[in-house]
Amino acid sequence: MAKNGSVEEVLSEEMQTIESRLSEEYKYGFVTDIDQETIPPGLDEEVVKTISLKKNEPDWLLEWRLKAYRQWLKMEEPDWSMVKYNEIDYQAISYYAAPKSQEDGPKSLDEVDPELLETYEKLGIPLEEQKMLAGVAVDAVFDSVSVATTFKKELEKAGVIFCPFSEAVHEHPNLVKKYLGSVVPYTDNFFATLNSAVFSDGSFVYVPKGVRCPMELSTYFRINAANTGQFERTLIIADEGSYVSYLEGCTAPMRDENQLHAAVVELIAHKDATIKYATVQNWYPGDPKTGKGGIYNFVTKRGICREENSKISWTQVETGSAITWKYPSVILKGDKTVGEFYSVALTNNFQQADTGTKMTHIGKNTKSTIITKGISAGKGQNTYRGAVKIMKGAHNARNYSQCDSLLIGDKCGAHTFPYIDVRNPSAQMEHEASTSAIGEDQIYYCNQRGISTENAVSMIVNGFCKEVFRELPMEFAVEAQKLLEVSLEGSVG
Amino acid sequence: MLEIKNLHVAVEDKPILKGIDLVVNAGELHAIMGPNGSGKSTLAHVIAGQKIYEVLDGEILYNGKNLLEMDPEERALEGVFMSYQYPAVIPGVNLAYFMKAAVNAIRKHRGEPEMDAVDFLSFIKEKLAQVKMDESYLKRAVNDGFSGGEKKRNEILQMLALDPSLAVLDETDSGLDIDAVKIVADGVNKFRREDRAVVVITHYQRILQYMDPDKIHVLMDGRMIRSGGKNLAHELEEKGYSWLEEAVAA
Repeated sequence: MAKNGSVEEVLSEEMQTIESRLSEEYKYGFVTDIDQETIPPGLDEEVVKTISLKKNEPDWLLEWRLKAYRQWLKMEEPDWSMVKYNEIDYQAISYYAAPKSQEDGPKSLDEVDPELLETYEKLGIPLEEQKMLAGVAVDAVFDSVSVATTFKKELEKAGVIFCPFSEAVHEHPNLVKKYLGSVVPYTDNFFATLNSAVFSDGSFVYVPKGVRCPMELSTYFRINAANTGQFERTLIIADEGSYVSYLEGCTAPMRDENQLHAAVVELIAHKDATIKYATVQNWYPGDPKTGKGGIYNFVTKRGICREENSKISWTQVETGSAITWKYPSVILKGDKTVGEFYSVALTNNFQQADTGTKMTHIGKNTKSTIITKGISAGKGQNTYRGAVKIMKGAHNARNYSQCDSLLIGDKCGAHTFPYIDVRNPSAQMEHEASTSAIGEDQIYYCNQRGISTENAVSMIVNGFCKEVFRELPMEFAVEAQKLLEVSLEGSVG
Repeated sequence: MLEIKNLHVAVEDKPILKGIDLVVNAGELHAIMGPNGSGKSTLAHVIAGQKIYEVLDGEILYNGKNLLEMDPEERALEGVFMSYQYPAVIPGVNLAYFMKAAVNAIRKHRGEPEMDAVDFLSFIKEKLAQVKMDESYLKRAVNDGFSGGEKKRNEILQMLALDPSLAVLDETDSGLDIDAVKIVADGVNKFRREDRAVVVITHYQRILQYMDPDKIHVLMDGRMIRSGGKNLAHELEEKGYSWLEEAVAA
């Protein structure tokens, strides 16, 4: 429709349309009304001991937590990233929340609070049904406690251990003791150290020698309680020649206060083993108009390819959270090991993301691939930060990095910080970067062919992301695509 | 089919079109010729619905409906097609996906069932052959790395596939070698039908040699200064636009 006014006026009108349509509601923002047991806000050694006691943990683990806590007191919150946020008051956070009926732990799905199960259904994870039909084993972590793990028996038959972390501490103490903190030590960084002190639960996976895990493993994380932090800890070990593919999904209710999520994930791949780890992160991003509320997502994820021919592949689709700060990394220790990082990060409205990866090449003939797609809309700020380190002994190491940014509208930003440190002259490094915008001319062209603006945007965005979506398991690729569509609905007028 | 009455259009307060009248009936092909900067492309974009143009006065009727009240997308769904002089590049979106989305959007609007991948593929292959494009184009991103000639053929392909009633071709012949001009003209001739109308906007009469225009109009400084039959094109080619400029001034 022809409009009156100058080009600038017409364009600014366009932008207003964009802004009004960008205020798409977050559909996972409901709160589940169940009886919760929460410890009072605040953090000191007593709190650490209380958490450990509630979990009936062995002394060595309590000691480990306390060492972490003491270390944390000496550390300072990092300020090198691009994200800006109000100071976090660590004494105002409650470090443990659990659905009350879970005190003794559910023995089976039947013992799980029906309201909790309903919550998972709202999230699109009908555990009952999944248990029966789908080929996906699900571990669901609600606030601090793992509430249900499906497919346990089928997995046991294959020798795969997939259970809540707290259960692994009791059932498989030697494995936990051996690997906990072996990739992300409790001294690693401010948020990982905090997690080490107060982590509540998470998932534990062990795939024995030569076993190909018969199904996708999956964890859904849900923050429900107000003023609580979520500090889950995930540990995945793939023994020699094994294979496992793991997916995590995350959502949270809409609350005006910011909530802290500081998780740690450690992956260990032994000789000839492969671990694929995918994340679809959709934590509450905050109010689209004011930027109030939303999750602060400060996560440490790292994997190690310990021996030769092992492979770790991270895929992430980050569409939620007010702040995302995460750098899933791979240490390529064994010879001929492979590390991969595929990422789509979307920031809309007031969201900020500072995300990327770190590939450390130690072994010979190691290879890493980094493909990242940053999408900024509204006032979103998107930063790629990546480091590739080739150590002295890493002969014939190869890295390929490709970092693409897509801008929608004129109030958002994209930033790229690739750090490269090569200490072996035989290394082959390739780096490509691009920045593009969804232009009015592209939209007009699509419109002229009968394609609506919304379909045009999602078509362009999906085209932009397809190299990453290709890496996701089929059903989750579809989910990720839908999630992007919802997160971007009407982002161009 | 298309009726333009006393159309006045400005961009950034600068008047471009200063009272255009034009009637194009179903079955007809009209050519609009004129020197650079005369307002030819503006006219095409106003018909398609580009938002940066300000319509000061006048109206555009399409099958009796007020076109100026419709969004570009609605116009397209109703059967108005424009071939762009500079088509947009859409990286990451392959031509097959793009075309399937467009064809199905229009079919849906008409109440026809959407085509599945198999039907679409055989449908589009037939259209590709008509403009001498091979199937490998379907896998390429829309206009990404296309040469000038490939872009124009791609526009004609889309015209043939989308089955519009009114096609406005903006400088579809510019920058093409003679073989490509023939392919484009051939595509337009295949498109012509009793119930369809075509408006060809061009600087040169060259492409008109391969077409059979019903009327030729000369647009200069935002006004239609002359209309006539096929011979007008030849006269322009011989004497240049300055001849008419002087005639208008006199």
